[in-house]
Amino acid sequence: MTDRLPGFSTLAVHAGAQPDPTTGARATPIYQTTSFVFNDADHAASLFGLQAFGNIYTRIGNPTNAVLEERVAALEGGTAALAVASGHAAQLVVLQQLLRPGDEIIAARKLYGGSINQFTHAFKAFGWNVAWADPDDVASFEQAVTPHTKAIFIESIANPAGSITDIEAIAAVARKAGVPLIVDNTLASPYLIKPIDHGADIVVHSLTKFLGGHGNSLGGIIVDAGTFDWSKDNKYPMLSEPRPEYHGIRIQETFGNFAFAIACRVLGLRDLGPALSPFNAFMILTGIETLPLRMQKHCDNAKAVAEFLSTHPAVSAVNYAGLPGDKYNALQRKYAPKGAGAVFTFSLKGGYDAGVNLVSNLKLFSHLANVGDTRSLVIHPASTTHSQLDDAAKVKSGAAPEVVRLSIGIEDKEDLIADLDQALRA
Amino acid sequence: MNHDAYDDNYIRSILNNVKTIAMVGASPVNVRPSYFAFKYLAQRGYDMIPVNPGHVGKALMGKPFVASLADIDRPIDMIDIFRNSSHIMPVVEEALKLSPLPKVIWMQLGARDDAAAEKAEAAGLKVVMNRCPKIEYGRLSSEISWMGVNSRTLSSKRAPIPTQGMRLSLNRTSFGGGQTAASDRAAKNKTETT
Ligand SMILES: Cc1ncc(COP(=O)(O)O)c(C=O)c1O
Repeated sequence: MTDRLPGFSTLAVHAGAQPDPTTGARATPIYQTTSFVFNDADHAASLFGLQAFGNIYTRIGNPTNAVLEERVAALEGGTAALAVASGHAAQLVVLQQLLRPGDEIIAARKLYGGSINQFTHAFKAFGWNVAWADPDDVASFEQAVTPHTKAIFIESIANPAGSITDIEAIAAVARKAGVPLIVDNTLASPYLIKPIDHGADIVVHSLTKFLGGHGNSLGGIIVDAGTFDWSKDNKYPMLSEPRPEYHGIRIQETFGNFAFAIACRVLGLRDLGPALSPFNAFMILTGIETLPLRMQKHCDNAKAVAEFLSTHPAVSAVNYAGLPGDKYNALQRKYAPKGAGAVFTFSLKGGYDAGVNLVSNLKLFSHLANVGDTRSLVIHPASTTHSQLDDAAKVKSGAAPEVVRLSIGIEDKEDLIADLDQALRA
Repeated sequence: MNHDAYDDNYIRSILNNVKTIAMVGASPVNVRPSYFAFKYLAQRGYDMIPVNPGHVGKALMGKPFVASLADIDRPIDMIDIFRNSSHIMPVVEEALKLSPLPKVIWMQLGARDDAAAEKAEAAGLKVVMNRCPKIEYGRLSSEISWMGVNSRTLSSKRAPIPTQGMRLSLNRTSFGGGQTAASDRAAKNKTETT
């Protein structure tokens, strides 16, 4: 008999969580503590030396956070994960393991606006350079590869326009270049797309969005696919070289196929410090239990709203990969057959002003800068999330002045359509 | 016997039944993976014997190194081979000359020799290849979950209360869990190309 492979919904409820061995508590306890006692001096030394599994201090690990980590690793089909304070912290910690000053990352031009800022400004100050490529043109990734390239970064479903990325094609470029492919899977969640099955080596999430799902907690996570050989060309000294901070341990040699997650924890999180609060981990874990149910409803509602908008006289275009005529429909059917996600954009015939009016006339949609909430959300990217980009970059990243972004919630779709209809007519 | 994937109960019964483990290729250097595994297993109550001809005269955690399996003065249940795939066969051949025979041949993470495995199995031994007993112990006890590692197990049963602070027991019932197929495939491709 081989062990049964549980289905996605079973993993969403159970992975990582078992009854607490000391109290029997069935829900995951919130271990709201900074630190954990050692048995004796040798136990402490073993933990600090990475020789034993266990808890030391919540900046390095926490049992509530660990349940979240194992759960997301299981849902993504990864070997291990590390939870951090936000999606942005996840991106920072990942790249700190891979890049040194003067190194480069190739990133898809269509990314969450905040990520474009993070890469362009904050990371530049670390001497990490970014080369932008067009996710609709795989050759542009290939052309951007140089001897300094250390990673490729894409979103599975890209914010804000909900476009679908050809992960396998870009994974092939990464493999040929000998660098890992990092996929931000925030907008798809593993319910819709499992990037590791398509060749991703590292998956990151903003847990703040669909995984947590209730708009109440910030969080981020890094999932190690356990697929990349970090020691092959000594390009990744954080993983392949003896680490002075741990008496000369080599992380990959010691931790095998979950070495990247360990490097992120003991070299990244430990030293940079963006730890996730155990309370947030608990909130996000509770959210994940209903991910399959919510995500399907998000997608079904989004499709209905997109269909409605596509026939509306005030609307000039709808970008929703779930619509049959959409440019990304074929990729959606390949990568995300259960649904095209719930974040998409549409364009108003009335331009910038119509966008501003729509947002102010809506009564059920909330005007705010987030996605992936139970509630339906609306934003005008040109004046908010993407406002720091220049006009050309706005258009290139799918945030032109007439564009409005929706994140469709799990309310009744008839009510969402009625609200949009009245606001478009007002 | 399928050596690409092992049933959790197969591994659990090995780790529950063996008591004496000879580690071939054990290193006294405290940042080497073999040292980590040796220490971890010793702390979980296994009677560990370090085997390494280069270190005879020294001791690992108080246990004196021996040069070869033949130099061990007591029956051995399991031989954990911390050597590359190309060095496995002679160790297995030596193991099969022991009396009584060991019960288990275990080849470390990264090491695999199917011919050696067949030989040991023909003599009635159990074989595990390309796994680390420390990782497997941590996974099946769920201790490794504290590091955010996918233990590939689920359980609705309360595990035994930890002994000595954070040590969890292997005696836990579990159901299969989240797979790591992509990593398994990558490991297989790597062993096939090297
Ligand atoms: C696709 C994507 N990635 C990353 C982030 C950043 O996540 P956080 O806000 O949790 O730092 C966001 C946030 O909007 C996002 O939408």
